[in-house]
Amino acid sequence: MKLPLSWLSEFVVLPKNITVDKIVAAFVKVGFEVEGVENPAESIKGPLVVGKVLAIEELTGHKKPIRYVGLDCGEKKTRFVICGATNFAEGDYVVVALPGAVLPGNFAISARETYGKTSNGMICSARELGLGDDHNGIIVLQEKNLKVGAPALDVLGANDPIIDIAVNPDRGYAMSVRGAARELAMALGVPFKDVNSKALITTLERKKKRGKVTPVVITDKSGASRIYLRSLTNVNPLSQTPSWMARRLTQAGMRPISIAVDITNYVMLELGQPLHAFDAAKIAGSLRVQRAGAFKELVTLDNQKRKLHKEDLLIADDKKPLAIAGTMGGLDCEVTEFTVSIALEAAHFDSVAIAQNSRRHILSSEASRRFERGVDPALAEVASARAAHLLMEFAGATYLGTASKVSAIAKRSTSVSAQEISDLIGATYSDKELQKALTSIGCGMKKNGKKWSVALPSWRPDLHNLPDLAEEVARFYGYDRIPSILPSVKLSKNGRSGLTPLQNRKRALALKLAHRGLVEVHNYPFVSDHQMQLFGFTGDRAKTFTIANPMSDEYPHLRTHLTPGLLAAAARNLSRGEKSVALFETGSIFRNTEKVETPGNISTSKRPSAAQIKKIYESVPKQALHIGGVIAGEFVGSGWWGKGRMVEWSDAVDLAAELITETGHEFSVHNVELAPWHPGRCAEFRVNNKAVAHAGEIHPRITTALGLPERTVAFALIVDAIPFASPVQAIPVNTMPAAIQDISLFVDQKVSAGDVEAALVEGAGELLESIQLFDRFQKPGESQVSLAFSLVFRAPNRTLTSDEVSALREAAGASAVKKCGAQIRS
Amino acid sequence: MSLDNAEIEKIKSEAISAISAAKSLDDLREVKISHVGDRSPIARANQGLGQLPVEERASMGKVIGTARANINQAFDDREKVLTAERDSTVLIEERVDVTLPTNRNPRGALHPLTILSNEISDLFVGMGYTVQEGPEMESSWLNFDALNIPADHPARTMQDTFFIEPLSSGLVMRTHTSPVQIRTMLENEPPIYVICPGRTYRADELDATHTPVFNQVEGLVVDKGITMAHLKGTLDHFAAKMFGPGVTTRIRPSFFPFTEPSAEVDFFYNGRWIEWGGCGMVNRKVLEACGIDTDVYTGFAFGMGLERTLMVKHGINDMHDIVEGDVRFSRQFGTGAR
Repeated sequence: MKLPLSWLSEFVVLPKNITVDKIVAAFVKVGFEVEGVENPAESIKGPLVVGKVLAIEELTGHKKPIRYVGLDCGEKKTRFVICGATNFAEGDYVVVALPGAVLPGNFAISARETYGKTSNGMICSARELGLGDDHNGIIVLQEKNLKVGAPALDVLGANDPIIDIAVNPDRGYAMSVRGAARELAMALGVPFKDVNSKALITTLERKKKRGKVTPVVITDKSGASRIYLRSLTNVNPLSQTPSWMARRLTQAGMRPISIAVDITNYVMLELGQPLHAFDAAKIAGSLRVQRAGAFKELVTLDNQKRKLHKEDLLIADDKKPLAIAGTMGGLDCEVTEFTVSIALEAAHFDSVAIAQNSRRHILSSEASRRFERGVDPALAEVASARAAHLLMEFAGATYLGTASKVSAIAKRSTSVSAQEISDLIGATYSDKELQKALTSIGCGMKKNGKKWSVALPSWRPDLHNLPDLAEEVARFYGYDRIPSILPSVKLSKNGRSGLTPLQNRKRALALKLAHRGLVEVHNYPFVSDHQMQLFGFTGDRAKTFTIANPMSDEYPHLRTHLTPGLLAAAARNLSRGEKSVALFETGSIFRNTEKVETPGNISTSKRPSAAQIKKIYESVPKQALHIGGVIAGEFVGSGWWGKGRMVEWSDAVDLAAELITETGHEFSVHNVELAPWHPGRCAEFRVNNKAVAHAGEIHPRITTALGLPERTVAFALIVDAIPFASPVQAIPVNTMPAAIQDISLFVDQKVSAGDVEAALVEGAGELLESIQLFDRFQKPGESQVSLAFSLVFRAPNRTLTSDEVSALREAAGASAVKKCGAQIRS
Repeated sequence: MSLDNAEIEKIKSEAISAISAAKSLDDLREVKISHVGDRSPIARANQGLGQLPVEERASMGKVIGTARANINQAFDDREKVLTAERDSTVLIEERVDVTLPTNRNPRGALHPLTILSNEISDLFVGMGYTVQEGPEMESSWLNFDALNIPADHPARTMQDTFFIEPLSSGLVMRTHTSPVQIRTMLENEPPIYVICPGRTYRADELDATHTPVFNQVEGLVVDKGITMAHLKGTLDHFAAKMFGPGVTTRIRPSFFPFTEPSAEVDFFYNGRWIEWGGCGMVNRKVLEACGIDTDVYTGFAFGMGLERTLMVKHGINDMHDIVEGDVRFSRQFGTGAR
C-alpha cells in the first residue's frame, strides 16, 4: 500500500518537523513492514518554476510539430524555449526547468541551439519529472492563483514522500489511507482525524433531486450482506480529473482513467471500500447480487472473455451479468465518454466468495484483495456517499437517491482483564494502559468488575478473543517491553529425551561416508520423464508422484530413487573440472505404490476423533529415508607416487556393507539384476531376508548418456527399513592360539562365492572364528572357478590339536561339496 | 673339539674381530648368529663343559664364562657404535620429503546445512527438547487446515504451494515444517518442548536468495504458564548460540494464521538488524484442533530458514552454492569438527 505523506497527514496530526525515518519506524513498530520510501522530488535539482505561456510560434518544415514558446517565468525578460508538445495554449501555466536544473535520470538542462533557435530551458511532462507515466504532453497546471516564477514542485505537490507498507492478511482495514493513518496515529501517540461519516450521508440526502433510482436486489444472501446503489445523473463524462486527485492516484500506483473511475479508485484508496460505477442506462431492470447460475460468460474490463463458474458471485441485471462481484467489472456496462447516468455500487461482499471468484479466474484486483482481507461492513454507505459528493463536485452530477439492501451489522464484543493479557504476554499492563490501547484502535471499553467488556470495531474482523486483544495491547506499547526469560524445560510425558535411534543412525551413516571420502549433497527431489526412462526403473521405482504445478515442466515428478540426482550432481562436478567425484545424499524417496485416500473435510474446531486422525495419517504415503552415493573416476588418486585406482563395483558394495554393519545387523549379499545398475554387477543386501540396500556398477547406457566415466558405481540403502539392533553384547577377547587352515575348491561359475562361503561357515561349526576368500581364478574357456579360503579356528579354552583342526576343515569342505557341488582340490 | 685355554682364546679373538669387522647392524646380526648366538663356537664350548672331567669343569667354566662375557661386551659395544652410526648417517640418508602430497584418498565432507541442523538440534536437545521430524509430502489438513489456514483464506496464497496430482488427493509438498508441530500435538500431551528441522517447498524460482526446496527449523513449546517473554528468552538464547555471545533479537508485530500474537524476529549482527523468521504464541484455534485445553495451556512457536541462517553465519552470498552440490563448497566445512 503506497501512502503519500500529504494524504496521510489529512488523517493524522503529525508532529511538526517529524522525519520520514521516524514515520517508517512507527509503522514497523506496530507491525507494518515498510517496503520502500520514494520521493521523486529528491531526484530533481535546480530551478523548476511556474511559467505562463505568452506566445507560441509554430515552426514548420520538421518531421513533427515544433513550437517556439515565449514564457513569463517571473523574470525581467521573456524566456524562449523549444517544445515538441502541442497540448497547451497561450495563457496556460506550465512547468519550466531552467538551465542548471537536473531532472530524474541525471538529465541536465542547459541552454542549447536547436531547430535554428536558442532554447533556454524545457517545458516538462509528468514523466520527465518522474511524477507519472504521462508523456502525451506537457503538464498544464490547473491550480488557481498561480504565480509565475514560483517553485513548481510545491505547486505540483511533488515534494511528497510516498511510504510503501506491506499489509498482512489480517489487517484489511489498513489497505486504505484512513486505516493506515489510524495505525500511524496509534504508533506515534498523536490524534487521529476521522472522516465525518454522518455529515457525508446527511448532506448528500439534502442535495437529492427527483429522478429514476435503479433498484437493487440481493438474490444470494451468502454472497453479500449489504449493498448501496446510488443513482446520479447529469454527469459530464469528459470532466477533467482534478490534478491533485490524479497525482495521488499516480502516487498510490494507479493510473488516472476517467473522472468516474478515478473517483471510485480515489475513495477506495482513501477509505478502503471498493466501489463500482455502472452506466445506469445499460442496466436492465434491477441490479442484482447473485451466483452465476445459468450465465455462461462475461467479457471483463480487461477485454478478456471469461467463462463463468456457476458458483461465481456476480453483479447482474434482470437479463445479463454485469460484473464479477468484488473482482472486476464487465466491459459492456462500463462508464464511457458518453455516460451521463451512473449507478454507483458499494457492497459488503463475503470475503470467501470474493476469494473464490479471484482464484477461479486467476484475477487479483485492487478490489478483490481488499474484500478477501475483509472490508468494514459499515463502510459501504459512507464511501459511496463520499464518491457521490465528489461526482457532484467534479463531474457536475446530480444525486437522485439510493436503493439499498442492508442487514444489520452484528455487534461483536468480548471480555478481557489486564491480568489475563499480562499473563499471556509476560509483561505487566495496567487497567489504564489496557483501556488506552484498545480505545485507540477503536474498541468501546466498559469496566465490569475486574474484567473489561470490549465492543469490537466493525473494521476489525480479525479481533475475537483474548490473544487478539493481547496482541493489540502488546504492539501499542511495543514488543520491546516484553522481557527475555528462558523457560525451564520439562520432560515429555512419553519419557523421550535426546535424539531418536533413527536420528542417531542418520548422523552416524553420513559421518561414516564423509570419513570414507564422500561429499554430501542436497539435491532437489524433482525428476524428469527423460531421467525416469534413462534410468530404466521398474516396479515400485517406476511409480512416481507428479507435481501439478512444477517449477519446470521438464521436472514434474518426485524422485523414486536417489541415483538420478546423485549422478546429475556428479556430472556437474566433473563438468566444472573435478577429475573424480564421490558424493552421497540422505533424503526422502517418494514412490506412488499405495492407494491413499483423502481424509475429506475434517473440522478443525476440535480434536479429530481417533478414526479421523488415523484417516489423516493414512492419507499420507510412506516416504522412505534413503542414503546413497555415487563414485566416478578414481577412488585412489594418481600422483607423484604413481597411478591411482579407478573405482570399481566392489567399492560400492563395500561401502554398503560397511553401512549395514554400522547398524549392527548380519546381512547376506546376492547377485541381482536391477536398474539402474549393470545387470551383471549389482549386489542386493538382505537383512532378515528383506532387501535393504543395493550397490554396484551403474549401467553403461546411463553413464554414457550422462557423460560420466565408465564403471561409475553407486549404492543406495533404506535407512529406516533396517530394524534397530539391541545393544551389543560383547564377546570376550579370546587369547588362545589360532589355528589357520586353507581350503581350495572348484565350483561351477554360476555358484556365487557368497554361497560357498556360507556353506563352509555352516560346516566348520562354532570354533570357526573367521573366514576369508584369498584367491579366485578361472581358466579362460572353463566353466569351473577355483576358490581358496583361509579359515581361522580358535577354541575359547584350549589350544586346538592339529587333528581337530583338520577334521573341522574337512567338515567345512564336505558342507561346500554337498551344498554347492564343490570339488575339493587336493 | 678339545677344550683348552688356547682354544677358548682363539674362539674369543675370532669372535671379537668378527664383531669389530661388522660394518653395519645387518652385518652385526650375521655375526651374532655365528659368534654370539646359541650355535656359536663359544656357546658350543659351554655346552661341551659337561663332557669334561668334574675337576676341570670349574676352572674351564670360569675361562669360558669370562670369554663369553668379553664377547658379549664387545658385541654390545659394537652394536652401540653401529646404532649411533646408523642414527647419524643412515637415517639421514633415508630422509624423505614429508611435504610431498599424500592425498591418495578423496576428502569427504558433510553438507553445511547438515552440520547446522545437527548443531541446532544439539543446542535444543541440550536444553531438554526433543527433535521431531515428519514427511515432506504432507496432507493439506496438517499443512494448512489444522494451522488455521482455511481453504479460501488469503494466507494460503501467501505460500506458493506445490500440489500433488490428482488434486483430490489433498497432498502437498509441505510449505513449512509446521505440520510436524500438529503431528506432535496430536501424538503427545503437554508439556511439549520440541524442535523440528526439515526440508520444505515453495514455488519460488532459484536465485541468489531463494530456492524452491529449502530447510526450516521450527520450535514448539506448549506448557502451563508459557508467555511471550519465554519466546523472547528462547530466541535470544538461540541467536547468541548461533551467531555469538551478545547477539540479541528483536521481535516486531506481524501476522501468521497459526500464532496470535504474532511477530517477526530479527537479530542484530555486524551492526544491522537481519530478518530471521516468524514466531508468536500458538493460536488457540491450532491448540483446539489438536485437542489441547486452552484454559490450561499456552504455547509459543518460532521458525526460521536454515539457508538464511547459514548464509549470514558463513558469509555466503549466493544460494546456488548451497543447492548445486559442488564439492568445493561443502569441503570448506569438513564434517563440522571445527
